[in-house]
Amino acid sequence: MRCQLRNVCGVRSGDKGDVSDISLFADDRATYDALVTQVTADEVAAHFGALVRGRVERYLVPNVLALKFVMHDALGGGVTMSLRSDTQGKTLGLSLLRMWIDLPDDIILSRRSFDASP
Amino acid sequence: MRLASGQGALGESPDLLVPAFGAAVDYVVCDSLAESTTSTLAIDRRRDEALGYAPDLAARLSIALPFVAEQGTRLITNAGGVNPVAAHQLAVAAARDAGFRGLRIGLVCAETERPPDALGCEVYLGAEGVVRALADGADVVITGRVADAALFLAPIVFEHGWSWTDWDRLAAGVVVGHLLECSNQVAGGNYSGDWWNTVDLTRVGMPVAEVAADGSAVITKSAGTSGRVSFDTVREQLLYEVHDPSAYVTPDVVAAFDAVVLEQIGADRVRVTGARGAPRPATLKGLVFEHGGWAGECALTYAWPDAAAKGRHVLRNLRAVAAERKLPVLEWYEELFGVDGFGGPTVDVAVGDPPEVTARLAWRTADAETAQSVLQLVGLVALSGPPGLQGIGRSRKGHPLSELVTLTPFFLDHDAVEVHVHVEEV
Repeated sequence: MRCQLRNVCGVRSGDKGDVSDISLFADDRATYDALVTQVTADEVAAHFGALVRGRVERYLVPNVLALKFVMHDALGGGVTMSLRSDTQGKTLGLSLLRMWIDLPDDIILSRRSFDASP
Repeated sequence: MRLASGQGALGESPDLLVPAFGAAVDYVVCDSLAESTTSTLAIDRRRDEALGYAPDLAARLSIALPFVAEQGTRLITNAGGVNPVAAHQLAVAAARDAGFRGLRIGLVCAETERPPDALGCEVYLGAEGVVRALADGADVVITGRVADAALFLAPIVFEHGWSWTDWDRLAAGVVVGHLLECSNQVAGGNYSGDWWNTVDLTRVGMPVAEVAADGSAVITKSAGTSGRVSFDTVREQLLYEVHDPSAYVTPDVVAAFDAVVLEQIGADRVRVTGARGAPRPATLKGLVFEHGGWAGECALTYAWPDAAAKGRHVLRNLRAVAAERKLPVLEWYEELFGVDGFGGPTVDVAVGDPPEVTARLAWRTADAETAQSVLQLVGLVALSGPPGLQGIGRSRKGHPLSELVTLTPFFLDHDAVEVHVHVEEV
């Protein structure tokens, strides 16, 4: 079944200069494996389109079931130069959660925003 | 030993020092600095040579000093910004005026040669200078651009007597420092999960680390406070801004965060073990801050119907007028809040015809006059534009021009940077 990352993942984003740094977190090994296969550096670069002008690097961090994306030339010049409202890219991680992936139904139905909501 | 975060960013409420000092800790460590705040402080110091330290330092000291004097908790802060000497003088005077005789106020700083015309030049120092100040009995340590995690590593190294080549333990201390340096981001703040079950801003506490001599640590927080310390909240902060998790470069050690083991061992208690360290890099990193031109902006909120179309139309018109008048704008940036302001091309929801849309236009220019001239053009829209505008009056008052700053990294040998330590008894 198709699902959006927001239903199965945690995320946090930060910055250094003009580099956006996003960590994406799975709740279990099966979801992590699906992320490794489907949320590639190329897919992430395509997802952000014109928001990210430079290369995207991906690191795997299995000890905490995470994928790390380091996106270059991604903040319109960085916090001290950028014309964006979100000069530090704090919202870019949440924007990544809009991406769709394929996951087994039982995993999706046991996850995050299906449990409860504000 | 126990330490608490007392601050994670300039602008965070000084009131949070109260729960930090109230958490039965040996040290409260405050981090004021980031790339953005350091450049702001460098601009302050260009205006007045006596400035360049955190503007809230006096307010923080008035809360912290009674705790330091009465319960013996030590305070470490990089609020000295780009002028730690002035900040230290302020702290000595504050302690003296408040009558805290016998208190020892430490200063840790390094002199770096500022290139001509640069706003500032700051080297990220390691933990060693702060350790020397603590060894000299400092109750309060005031410093500037010590690397964030190193501020926290210093008291851990001092208390446990770790060697500067015990790379695994130093890495463990850096992990603890990294977890605490952003205040409640380790304890439920900015957590991407079920924030509605955890956030209560009426009772915010501060995160605490208990660090053993072998480097193992527990991250926790005081009972009854907002937030949560869990595997999920701690791992979000563990990887925050570290780039390559297998090699997080700090002045004191290169730490492998991908070896760290996090275990929930109780309510709001997460054990942190397993960090591995490799020898420190051969060089220290620095940043040169230079003037980078000016930015202006306006935000125009339009009401339904067709709010997005109105906003787009007006922004296009304003840019056309600027071009017609040959105003030398170097860069424009448009955002439509209510449509795709933050998400840009990632937004895949059809928003229909939203009740209101804020159209924001920002521009970059070489000089302040041009940036101001563009701002004046915004006055065209009030009585001559599409119907349903709100927000122009406030936005013009509320968004003065901002000075832009370029950051250029450089690297220096450790030996090329002399760290000065001075402890003064009040």
